Amino acid sequence: MQVQSYFSSLDNFDGELATLNLGPTHPATHGIFQNVLKMDGERIVSAEQTIGYIHRAFEKLAERRPYNQITPITDRLNYCSSPINNMGWHMTVEKLIEVELPKRAQYMRVIIMELSRIADHLICNTVIGVDTGALTGFTYMFQERERIYDLFEEVCGTRLTTNIGRIGGMERDFSPRFHTLLKDFLKTFPKRYEEFNRLLERNRIFMDRTIGTGPIEGNRALEWGFTGPNLRAAGIDYDVRVMEPYSSYEDFDFIIPVGENGDTYDRFMVRQEEVRQSLRIIQQAYDNLPQGPYHAEVPDYYLPDKDDVYTKMEALIYHFKVVMGEVPAPKGEVYHAVEGGNGELGFYLVSDGGRQPYRLHFRRPCFIFYQAYPEMIKGSMLSDAILTMSSMNVIAGELDA
Amino acid sequence: MPDGYGGEGFFATSLSKAIGLARANSIWPLPFATSCCGIEFMATMGTNYDLARFGMERLSFSPRQADLLMVMGTIAKKMGPVLKQVYTQMAEPKWVIAVGACASSGGIFDTYSVLQGIDKVIPVDVYVPGCPPRPEQIIDGVMKIQELVKNEPLRRRFSPEYQHLLDKYQIG
Amino acid sequence: MKLNNDIVFAAIKRQFPDAVLDHSEPHGMLTLETTREQIIPMLVFVKNDPELQVNFLTSLCGIHYPQNTDKELGIVYHLHSFLHNFRFRIKVFFPINDPVIPTATTVWPTANWMERETYDFYGVLFTGHPNLKRILNVEDLDVFPMRKEYRLEDGTRTDKDDRFFGRDGHVGREFD
Repeated sequence: MQVQSYFSSLDNFDGELATLNLGPTHPATHGIFQNVLKMDGERIVSAEQTIGYIHRAFEKLAERRPYNQITPITDRLNYCSSPINNMGWHMTVEKLIEVELPKRAQYMRVIIMELSRIADHLICNTVIGVDTGALTGFTYMFQERERIYDLFEEVCGTRLTTNIGRIGGMERDFSPRFHTLLKDFLKTFPKRYEEFNRLLERNRIFMDRTIGTGPIEGNRALEWGFTGPNLRAAGIDYDVRVMEPYSSYEDFDFIIPVGENGDTYDRFMVRQEEVRQSLRIIQQAYDNLPQGPYHAEVPDYYLPDKDDVYTKMEALIYHFKVVMGEVPAPKGEVYHAVEGGNGELGFYLVSDGGRQPYRLHFRRPCFIFYQAYPEMIKGSMLSDAILTMSSMNVIAGELDA
Repeated sequence: MPDGYGGEGFFATSLSKAIGLARANSIWPLPFATSCCGIEFMATMGTNYDLARFGMERLSFSPRQADLLMVMGTIAKKMGPVLKQVYTQMAEPKWVIAVGACASSGGIFDTYSVLQGIDKVIPVDVYVPGCPPRPEQIIDGVMKIQELVKNEPLRRRFSPEYQHLLDKYQIG
Repeated sequence: MKLNNDIVFAAIKRQFPDAVLDHSEPHGMLTLETTREQIIPMLVFVKNDPELQVNFLTSLCGIHYPQNTDKELGIVYHLHSFLHNFRFRIKVFFPINDPVIPTATTVWPTANWMERETYDFYGVLFTGHPNLKRILNVEDLDVFPMRKEYRLEDGTRTDKDDRFFGRDGHVGREFD
């Protein structure tokens, strides 16, 4: 197994190598990371990365907050699809306290998670378009993202960093306006999405720019710890939703798109197809949405109804304890993974019986697959390197945590 | 419109008001987007909440050509020197807007690695609170910047008070 | 053959009869404890063994138990076998005065940045790592912030008064 040495191939070039700083602030790197490139003319010989420019110490912060106050922190991991992070955290705590959710709550969670997956993939793909020069897709698809934001706002009140759901279910049932908006979305979004697809999918210029740039081979991607669309573009069909179904994903019928070469075009096409599959899942979940309660009975973690709080004593005490974070969790350690926008987002929670986690570790997919970036761009031109970075969908919040 | 004396085909006002009007409606912003507020900025630049209506059609990613530094997102201590360097590279007159709670005061991240507000390193003109602020709030902040730009006297950047402000931050 | 906790535990115990110090199954996931001398041979064994076929290192993180003398710092490896859909974890503990452990980058390159992050947070030195320096914090930070004795907030900040946050300068967990 060859150990990666960043400046290894300095021996077969002629002339001098230039050092270029693709610095922390750069219009094309969407996020804050620095790459120091050694270039032979226009070709990249090697790269070294510096990250940590928005290190916000999530893991240390999580050791000082009660369980329900950690949800806004998980929002800010992959902020393009924050509901998935929230739901992953809630499911981890539910695994620790061993509570099972009613079916309706699980289906509601699936709808919200798939909507946020669509939002995340839309950002990534439109930004690939922008980096190749095609700004139109960006402007049109962001209008569609506004409709997804309207849906989130109906459920939780905010657009981007949602803090959606509660430990034990959802905070409220879907309002009638949500049903109208969702039905409208499911009817009109596919057609507009196909317009965006037709712009880029078989576009000669786009294909020439993206096919063959930043390839990675399937087994090599596994060694580097890739998961999610980047791994599926390299040919390996690993999806946490299928391998270890959570929140009733086993009830739904969807395919996992897989690419061949692991280059930028494959990553783009895998994400495009995943958006269509997410729409399929939302349609199935919405058509079969069961009746029932939208939360489980966990009085220790789930706020009681406001009417009860004003009239009954136990409800008042529970309300006080939940809000002030005074509920001790059972002792134990649990690892739970969900399929985030970029791959397997894992939560490793160690609890020592106190009111706050003893240790919470986030397995962040962006942090893990960004390591392979120097290997992917070795020998390619600078503009291809920029495209590879935007197609990998590196979100700075998840990279640094 | 500013105060002045007008007639058929002409309008007379003071030079600073005329220049202020021109500057306010054609600001070239530098989006310094680090985290979640950056995505809300992308939504603000999008077609639904178009920021280009206010004259900010051309985003300048080079500090040398920018007027307004829009800092959106958390600034960590590792990023502080970079931000200061970008600010010093901008040419006068320049304004700074801190978008979001993290840029204004550190936000929810009261930790060892986050700068508790960018006004620890650079002087700030307008703070937009929110986590993240809605696009309407960002536009409101931008309109307040436009008010500041419209009413700024021409000699402000050469005045001793401004020099004292820069010295406080050890810039220039 | 479908793997389960017993089969995997038996296979590892057969290969390393005296290196498995402790084993438990919290919430159904097999958790083994071993020593830092045996961890790399164990990782190589589970990766190459035709029965287990563990092909993925999911995560590597550090943990600090200040109360356990001589076993304060620990590393937790989460492993996953795609073909058999089986996950388990291995833990290694060592004293805080001697935080040295061999690197796992020879087995899986993905451990590179995970180990750098663990070094940055806990000060664990990985022998054989190609580039062990700080990754997320500033380069010249001289403490290892995730250790339990360090406080979360920046001690030098002037705009927030600790008295109003219920923290009057004492380190540790506020609610205790």
